[in-house]
Amino acid sequence: MTDPRELYQQVILEHNKKPRNFGKLAPCTHHAEGHNPLCGDQLDLTLVVEDGVVRDVKFEGSGCAIDVASASLMTGAIKGRPVAEAEAMIDQFRGMVRGELDPATQTPLLGKLTLFQGVKDIPSRVKCAILPWATLHAALKGEEEASTE
Amino acid sequence: MTSPSNIGLQPLDVQAIRQDFPLLSRVFHGKPVVYLDSAVSGQMPAHVIERMAKYEREEHTNVHRGVSTLSQEATDFYEAAREKVRKFLGAASAREIVWTRGTTEAINLVAQTFGRMTVKEGDEILLSAMEHHADIVPWQMLAQEKGATIKVIPMNDAGELILESLDELITDRTKLLGVVHVSNVLGTINPVKEIIARAHAKGVPVLVDGAQAVPHLKVDVQDLDADFYVFSGHKLSGPTGIGVLYGKLALLEAMPPWHGGGSMIRSVSWEKTTYLPAPGKFEAGTPPIAAAIGLGAAIDYVTALGLDRIAAHEHELLAYATEKLAAIPGLRILGTARDKASVLSFVVDGIHPHDMGSLLDGEGVVVRAGHHCAQPVMTRFHVPATTRASFAYFNTREEVDILVSAVLKAIELFK
Repeated sequence: MTDPRELYQQVILEHNKKPRNFGKLAPCTHHAEGHNPLCGDQLDLTLVVEDGVVRDVKFEGSGCAIDVASASLMTGAIKGRPVAEAEAMIDQFRGMVRGELDPATQTPLLGKLTLFQGVKDIPSRVKCAILPWATLHAALKGEEEASTE
Repeated sequence: MTSPSNIGLQPLDVQAIRQDFPLLSRVFHGKPVVYLDSAVSGQMPAHVIERMAKYEREEHTNVHRGVSTLSQEATDFYEAAREKVRKFLGAASAREIVWTRGTTEAINLVAQTFGRMTVKEGDEILLSAMEHHADIVPWQMLAQEKGATIKVIPMNDAGELILESLDELITDRTKLLGVVHVSNVLGTINPVKEIIARAHAKGVPVLVDGAQAVPHLKVDVQDLDADFYVFSGHKLSGPTGIGVLYGKLALLEAMPPWHGGGSMIRSVSWEKTTYLPAPGKFEAGTPPIAAAIGLGAAIDYVTALGLDRIAAHEHELLAYATEKLAAIPGLRILGTARDKASVLSFVVDGIHPHDMGSLLDGEGVVVRAGHHCAQPVMTRFHVPATTRASFAYFNTREEVDILVSAVLKAIELFK
């Protein structure tokens, strides 16, 4: 069992305190709201996608440090990427935090997002880390709402 | 915060009591466990676990069936447990004690029998603002079915019900008032005796959710004049899967049965089935026999410790923890009622309760972080969730110190 304290690395704490890409894009091409009914976390994600590339992305909302840092790092990681790559990252991130993919070899697109790998041992927090990614998935699919339930 | 008069009370020998709880010697993440989560579920003393194991090893069969000595013996143990509950609640008759799976099932039973029988279109069900979902959702389901309305008794910022509103809220359409005895989030001990008296003055029956009350204070249903009083075994140092509905006999007799099946009938034919008198008519199927016997053993255990001594010990811990936590800058305690049981909810600026819960877990401190199945309470206090520590008779001041230092460490980390 992972010590939960190991989750709270400096990068995560720092992104929680000063989240990047915080705010709302208007106009935007894609939008979704994410909600984790279990803990009340909520997230509003707006994107501008042009020519199949994520030109800009911002998020707003409130949640725990794992959720906010995940959103902050995610938005930074997908900005400027082709949508297909962002979608592949969603799969890799989900696979990693569910313990299905090994971050050492199977999640090449994630980079420093592998920081969240420890979440897999704490099932109660997996949903917190996934919420921004589930919301991104919904936004890219043209759905208005994502829920981790 | 009031404290019971404990003059002349011999304090609990907590170190000896702790020997009865094998779980308390566990280690999490290299730290000895500090179990401050009894409001989620109380720990069972070895005495209770062994009584249940003995039943399963040597006495197991079914109850109210057959003529065997074994079956009669099991029936006697099972009914003796019911009698222990009767005495524990101060009920007039063991026929007023209905076994359920827990508080939730007990409330559903009342909603689906008494509620269906009495609530009509346009009627009102009055609930307090600090109810657990278990005392909200069954009534909402009934209200939806019947076209009735739910009304809410508000509370103030301290987490005390505003009783002045009762005169206006209770109308001639009110068919039931549901109120929690002790709030699982705020710790508030509600003045249920007064609430019941005022409801009765207008002819309204009252259901009291006692899940968080029975582990902490002496309950006497006749003194309260409660119409229904419900609780769960597992919050009272007993097992999960067993709970109690107390109902006044006249009400139980007037209520239709709920689940149909074996054990609840007097006779069955294709033409006509007749039912057992209460409580039998509410107890279809094979009950959780070991759990009922275990709950009886748990009642023996807490009764031997003495609820007045338990209350005194827990009040002292609550006062100590309240003082220590309240002194931490940026920490806010939710629920500052004058009369509180040993439940302490708090939030800290800039730290989500789930992060706090995880960081405390890393220090071996087990607390609840979340909405506590009381989302309207979260909404009322404008928080998504809280961190909640709850104290039992086996907790110590040293454990409160560990909680406080773990909270301070989390705050330092998030600085």
